[in-house]
This record gives sequence, C-alpha cells and structure tokens, in this order.
Amino acid sequence: MTASDTIYALSSGAGRAAIAVIRMSGSHTPEVLMRMAGRLPTARKLSLSAIRDDRTGEILDKAMVVWIPGPGSFTGEDCAEIHLHGSPAVVSAVMELLSAQPGVRPAEPGEFTKRGFLNGKMDLVEAEGLGDLLQARTSGQRRQAFQQMLGQASSRFESWREQLMQIRAHIEAGVDFADEPGVAEAAAPAIDMSILALRSQISAELHRSAGSELLRDGIRVVLAGCPNTGKSSLLNALARREAAIVSDLPGTTRDAIEVTLELDGMPVIVTDTAGLRSDVADAVEEEGVRRSRQHVSRADLVVWVWSADVIGSRSLDSSIEQPDMLIENKSDLRETESGLLRNDRDASLRISCQTREGIDGLLVELALRLRKRFGDVESALFVSARQKLAAERSIRYLNDALDVGSESLELKAENIRRASEEIARLTGRVDVEEWLGAIFSRFCIGK
Amino acid sequence: MTSFDVIVIGGGHAGTEAAAAAARAGARTALLTHRADTIGEMSCNPAIGGLGKGHLVREIDALDGLMGRVADQAGIQFRLLNRSKGPAVRGPRAQADRKLYRHAMQAAVAAQSGLTVISAAASGLLIRGDQVTGVACEDGRSFASAAVVLTTGTFLNGLIHIGERRIPAGRHGEPPSLGFSQQLAAAGLKLGRLKTGTPARLDGRTIDWKRLEEQRGDDQPVPFSFLTRKIETPQVSCFITHTTAAGHQLIADNIHRSPMYSGQIEGVGPRYCPSIEDKIQRFRDKDSHQVFLEPEGLDDDTVYPNGISTSLPEDVQDSFLRTMPGLEKVSVMRWGYAIEYDYVDPRQLTAALEGKRLPNLFLAGQINGTTGYEEAAAQGLVAGLNAARKAGGREPFVIDRAQGYIGVMIDDLVTKGVSEPYRMFTSRAEYRLSLRADNADMRLTPLGMSVGLVGAERAMAFQHRASAINQGLDLARSLSLTSAEAARRGLRVNQDGLRRSALDLLGMPDVGWMGIRAQWPELASLSPDVVEALEAEALYAGYIQRQDADVAALRREDGLALPASLDYASMPSLSAELRHKLQLVRPATLGQASRMDGMTPAALAVILGHVKRRDRQSAA
Repeated sequence: MTASDTIYALSSGAGRAAIAVIRMSGSHTPEVLMRMAGRLPTARKLSLSAIRDDRTGEILDKAMVVWIPGPGSFTGEDCAEIHLHGSPAVVSAVMELLSAQPGVRPAEPGEFTKRGFLNGKMDLVEAEGLGDLLQARTSGQRRQAFQQMLGQASSRFESWREQLMQIRAHIEAGVDFADEPGVAEAAAPAIDMSILALRSQISAELHRSAGSELLRDGIRVVLAGCPNTGKSSLLNALARREAAIVSDLPGTTRDAIEVTLELDGMPVIVTDTAGLRSDVADAVEEEGVRRSRQHVSRADLVVWVWSADVIGSRSLDSSIEQPDMLIENKSDLRETESGLLRNDRDASLRISCQTREGIDGLLVELALRLRKRFGDVESALFVSARQKLAAERSIRYLNDALDVGSESLELKAENIRRASEEIARLTGRVDVEEWLGAIFSRFCIGK
Repeated sequence: MTSFDVIVIGGGHAGTEAAAAAARAGARTALLTHRADTIGEMSCNPAIGGLGKGHLVREIDALDGLMGRVADQAGIQFRLLNRSKGPAVRGPRAQADRKLYRHAMQAAVAAQSGLTVISAAASGLLIRGDQVTGVACEDGRSFASAAVVLTTGTFLNGLIHIGERRIPAGRHGEPPSLGFSQQLAAAGLKLGRLKTGTPARLDGRTIDWKRLEEQRGDDQPVPFSFLTRKIETPQVSCFITHTTAAGHQLIADNIHRSPMYSGQIEGVGPRYCPSIEDKIQRFRDKDSHQVFLEPEGLDDDTVYPNGISTSLPEDVQDSFLRTMPGLEKVSVMRWGYAIEYDYVDPRQLTAALEGKRLPNLFLAGQINGTTGYEEAAAQGLVAGLNAARKAGGREPFVIDRAQGYIGVMIDDLVTKGVSEPYRMFTSRAEYRLSLRADNADMRLTPLGMSVGLVGAERAMAFQHRASAINQGLDLARSLSLTSAEAARRGLRVNQDGLRRSALDLLGMPDVGWMGIRAQWPELASLSPDVVEALEAEALYAGYIQRQDADVAALRREDGLALPASLDYASMPSLSAELRHKLQLVRPATLGQASRMDGMTPAALAVILGHVKRRDRQSAA
C-alpha cells in the first residue's frame, strides 16, 4: 500500500440520506471510471451514468459522475466524484467494487488533504479538502460510534495487531540476537504456528464479512409496551407493509418480529415485541414476555408505546428504567384541545396508525435521535470497507510469510511487517520498541 | 588565539571519526583530547561490528571513514554473524587487539592531512550570543573555530559505581568532565542521565583454558573495509564458560549490595546489555548463563568475560568469578563497574547533529544517548562532515532512512529521542533488505564522493567494483532459459512457459549459484564479491521493487519542509502530550513529523491546516 495508490472515500457528511458522494484521487481514476461508468465523461461536467459492477455486469446505481483530471484538481491528481443514491446498500456495494479495483484502496483519514499539500495545492485543499480534514479531526468520535456499532470488531483488530507484534518479536529475536546463546532456538518453533493461527482468525472474520454484518445487524430499535397498545400496527406503519400480524386480541404477538428499515441512510432494525404484562394467560405468553424483556435489554434504543384505551399502559414495565422515546398510539381515539401532535404533559409523541397521523414526525424524530446517538453511520460503512481490505491484504502477506523457508527469516519478517502495516491502518502503528520490549522480556539477552 | 574551521573535543570512536571526516571534507581541523595516547581506546568490550553494528562499520567505510580499516588491522578473530541467513542480515564482527586498534587509529589520525592533534583538557565552550565560537582549555589556552564537535562519551559528569563506592570518573582511571553539562543546561538544553556497565578484566594466565569450550573464528575472515584485500593479523580463539547455581546463589545473597538494586543508580541502563545481577534476578528459571572469554590482545594476557558486567563490590565479584568452570583460581586485573553519565536529549538536534539552540555545536556518540563504538563512530562521521560544511557555508548533508543505517539511527535519535542507551539492530531499518553490508559502498560511496569525503584510492576501487558488479548483472540478465529448457537441463522450475534469466534463476532456492554456473560456464569468470552482489539482488528483487514505492513516498514527505517557527502550542485540537513533543522536536519535514511517537494521520492533517493558514497570512 503506497502513496501512489488511487484512494477513495465517502466524503458526504453525516445526515445526508438522499445522496452519498464518493471521491476518488490518483492515477487509476480514469480507468476505474471507464470500467464502472462505461466511459470517461467530459471533464468537469456532471453527467448521469449507470454504475456497473464489471465482474457481474450488474447495475449498482444510476449516479451523477464528474471527472476532474489533474493537475487542476484539489489534490493535484486525477480525481472523480460519484454522487450515489444514499442507501447504505448501494454505497457499500460501490465501495466494495472500488476496493476490488487494482491499485485502489480506501483513503486514510486526512489523506486527500495530505496529497493536496504534497502537490502544492494548499488553496484548493483549503476550499475543498476541508471535509476530509474535519473527518480526520473527528476520527476519535467516529471510532467511538463505530465501536458502538460493531462491538467487538475493534478489539479483534487490536488482538491481531498484538499477535503480529509477537510474531515479529520471535522472528527478530532469531535475526538480531542470533549470536546470543539459545535465543534463536527458543524463538523459532513458535513462528509459523502463530502465523497459521492468526491467518485462520482473520479468514474466519472475513467470511463473516464486516460490511454486510453492519447492514445485517444495524441499530436495534425495540418497540415495547403493554399488550394491545398497537405496537405491531406501528411496526407495519413504519414498514409500510404487513410484516407483523396485526389483530385486536391482546397478546397476539408471541415472539419478536423484526423489520429492517433504512432511516436517514442508517440501517435500523425495528423489533416488535410481545406485550409486557405480569398476569400472563399461559406458558406460551409467559415465554413471549420473557423474550420481550430480553430484547429490551439488548436494544440500542427502546420505544415505549402506550394508548389511552389500555388502562395502565402509560406505566412502564419493571424491566425498563427510562425509555428513549414515549409514544401515545391511537391518537384518533382521543381529541386534544389544541390538536398538537405532541402531548406536552408527558413528552409523548402522539400518533395514529389508523390515520397515519404523526408517523412521518415520528420517523424524523427517531432519525434525529439515532443520528445523535450513533453518529456517522456512513463513515462507519467506510471504515468497514477499510477493515475488509486490510484483512484481505494482511492475509496475502501472511501467506507469503508462510511460503518462505525458515532460513529466510528476513523475508518472513518483511512479510509480517507488511501485514502489520495493513492492520496498523486501523489500530495504529507497531513501533520497533514494542517488539524489542517483547524480546527483552521473553529472552535473556545480554552477551 | 589560534583558530580552526572545526574543533573536535574527544578522541574516542566518535571524535576520531568526526575529526577525520571534517579534515577529509577540507576543513582545517583540531582534535582536542586530554591524553593523545588514549586516542582510539576501546573502553569496554574488545570487539567491533555485529548485527546492525557491522552494517554501520561498512557504511562508515563506504564514506572513507577509519573504523573499518583500523578494525581490519587490529582484528584477531573474525566472524560473519548470521552466515546461514540471507545477505541482508549478515553482520561482520571481529574481536580486536586493543593495543593494535589504538595504534592503528592513532596512525590513521596522524596520517590525515589537515588534522592537528592538541593534547589539552577542554574546560568549556566559547559562546557569543547563542553561537558557539570556540573552545577553552583547562591550561588557559583558547581556540577559535567556526564549528565545534563535542564527543564526551561517558565523561560528562561521569560517576563510577562499584558496590557502595562512588568514584567521579570518565572511565577507569580518568577524571570526568564537569563543566560542559552546566554550560549546556545554561544554554537551555535538556539533559538526562544514562548508565552502562563493564565486567571485570581477568588475568588469562590464571584461567584453566583446557577445561573450556573453544570458539574459533571463520576460516576465511571477512574484512570490514571494502579496501582490505586480506586479513594479515594472526587469528585466535575465544572460549566459553558458564555461570553456575552456586554463583547465582551468591549474587542473590548479595543483591542488596548492588548499587543497581539499592537505588544508588538513577540512570537508565540498556535492556539488551543487562548486568549479571539483572539477568539472574529477571530470569530466575535459568540456572546457567554462557560467558564468553575474549582475549584483549595477541601479546596481552587480559581477558574480557563477555556477559557478566556488574557493579557488585569487589569481594562479591571475586567470589562470583571463581564459581565458574575454569575460573576457580582466576585473578582479576581490574574490577567491573557501572558508570552513570549525562546525555543531551537528541531531539534537540537537527538531522545534521547540530544543536538547534546552539548553532555551530555538533554532538556525536554517547552524549546523544547511544551506546556502542559503531554507533558513536557513525555519528562522529556525520557530525564532523556537517561541522566542516557549516564552517564552509554549505548546506547540511543528511543520509535518509532509505540510504543507510546511519540515516535510520540519526532519524530515530532526533525524531524519537531515547529512553535507554540506543543501540542499532537490523530490525530498526524498515528498508533492511536493501540496506545490506555487502552493498554499503554502492549505496553510500557515490554520496560521499559528491561531498568530497572520499579519497582517490577509494574512489578508484569503487569505480572498479561498481563496473564489475554491473557487468555481472548485465551478463546474468542476458543469459536465459525457457521453463521447458530449464526442465530438460534438470532445473526445478514451474512449467509456465516463461523465459527466465540467469539472475531470476539465481534467486530460486532450488537453483542458486551452483545451478546457474553449471548451465553457463561464462559465469565462472565472475569474482566472489560480484557473485555475492548478484545473489543478494536476485534473492530480494521482488521485495525491493515493492519497497521502491515506499521509498518514493518517504522521499516526497521528507522533501517537504515544515516551517521552523510553527507554533504548535496554538493547535488546541492536538493532545497536550503531542504539542509538547512537537515543540521540542520541531520536525524539519512532514516526513519527520509523521515518524514521531504518538503522531496520527488526524494530527498531521491539523498541522498541515496550520501551515496553510500561516502561508495565507504571510502572503496577505
């Protein structure tokens, strides 16, 4: 991975659902555009093109494309922008396609700015590269959001980094301390075994595929409430389809039903749960209630749904301390004096699944809260593209490291160094002091 | 007042190399040392080279420095370390006769034109404003110079520890230098304290050699210098003994008497060169450690026991030594000791090793936080050359990380600083596969010639060797076989229909040099050093091609200067720690900034943003 690679990044900021802009810079840009858009558009003119996956022929999106040849671009290199429809599925498919192009990789934070600087383009960087700079500044926040989204992913990367560092330590012990009695002999046997173990961990992870995992897992929104408050109707209203069975018998929903939504560009999984009540009718419903509480405990965001016609449904279930949102359903059953949708007294949002009144407002409110809590999901998608690429490339280097014989330790080390550099793009660099420290703590050095 | 272009203070490994380099570069140079007869002294182990260190010696030699040639004259046991591994990590090493080394070094210094040796103890720098203008001596004399190279070794506030005893000293039997630390601190430089140690010296006549395992040198000694044709000095063996359970017990019982453990020593010692008490305390499961008995000279009975440096009191040292096989009746010629000394945080230096706060002052060797003769000598060469260039009004000369280990070391020092005495390892070099001992001259001699550092004899030898290697490469590229032809001739290659050159085939483990020489008799005319160069080229070709792109990126970033006056304190989005480091280091280039500890792409982008803002403001 080098400075001469062509880089790309999702450069549209947070909160943009309609359009996602992918920016590209580097010498491969024209050929990649030709492959994806079928032609090289007129320079500096926005034009409509079908974006096609050249491997399958599938059309991924109809997008506006602009081609900006260097050196008159903001990085000084050949550049392009692709304005896609802002769906995460489309964006991640196009990013995956880009990563698969030879010589193309996701940009590192601040890399567009850096290239502009290196090419003496500071004025343009100032004008156009600021998004990239700001992105770099907030990488800490993004990382945090990302950790919330993907949970253990980052600790897995950290563990790979640590393993690579230990492998390097064992190799270098055999190289740099070959004249120390017993050190090379003690270090050698662990090397290939450790590389094999690490490779199988990374491949297993790749099979689970970081990008689609995010889409599959999404942000979990759980609808909870007493029986018959209309949670399933709300889910249907949100999904605009009959994903959940709706009836007016209390306790119809015995198990959770999930609907995947795309809200403001964010993948969201809304879960409808069995109504919560303490006096359950039978064992089946009891199991349903138990599962509902489990869903609530795992939710990223809990919505408590109540309605005026179900007595006591305003009071929360004991499993919920504080819901993230309160919704009064069936607002059509109850007239309000001013006709305001928001019930100011208890901060409930008022909606009606029958009349669809308030549903749009609810979606806006929900998106706002998710955006606030989970940050820039589009960036998270981009980070996952970088992760996938880093994992793939590091596997390639691990294979190369296994291919060289034990007499060529310096070549093994070189491949491990390269693999570490890939992982380091996500976790931070491995410094020479780290593996020296590992060597000195493990082996008695000091002839 | 007598004046010079360059004055070098100190006649150790850094000082001699600095003085010779300055004189080669055309500066009228003085080497100031308190005792001319100690020039070229090996204060610690009697050996030169090793892994990483051997690379440095070859690089010094490629720049026409002294160390390689002197070590070849003084070497009494040569070994090429990592001989069974790839050429990139092979390191030449030699035991040296201390007296021969000293004499050869003194002869080399005396033979250098434009270099005057002055026997006097320097007492301080002459400073006018913030500029260094010369040196004052204890005897009252002063010397003016355009540049000064300071190489104090362990002398700067040196303090020897043996057991509970503390002796102010620069090294065994020589007084410390006290004035410089105060002067440097007064000029605003940050100083720290480091520690190193040395073992007792033994009387070889009292060692029972017959009981010990012999370690012989290589049958065919590989010299350090590209100019040395043959090693003429007689070769000897080293011997191996080991510590015993009784010895370990003795040290454990007396550990409280070691100044390392009593808290008497504040300085940080090197992790890769621990004292024997450290090894025993830290690796309790090992019941024995090997000890290498190295002769200090051909006509010298002194023996250096490598692996047991110590600061324990004399009586414990004595009893401990006698617990080892062969040493039951040993008598000690000099006791082991630990020494603490001041160093200057090297992040306060430019890549030319010049003080940022004290222009015209160059520092080299242990004063910069390094350890080792080779590390010191390499810095000395760079500091001496740059002092001469400064005196002559020329631009600094910097070797970068892709050009040599010298560049790796100096960049590490001035960018990251040190937390323990810095020693070279091959794994510090990210371009290790191309920075080899075998091609140090190909990498550096042309550079040395461009700055007037290389004499006529070496220039001629280099041209000769370079053209022989190039002819060899051309020949090996011109001979080729298809995969089918190769198979018919019994070579194991992939049957992919590709045509492979002799050079391609040479890089394949199943073919190698013997394989291609059998195919093409004309290759037999190549000399062994050309074959060695070809083998390395062939073996690493694919990897080095991949590295070339990295090197191009490095050069681009190192070519971009960051303004020296950038105010990092006014960048609130950087962490306080990073701001502090940036203020101290003041990276000269974007590349240097990116290599600092704790630097992130985000922080780099912030710095670039500020550079831009400044540019616009100054343009407005």
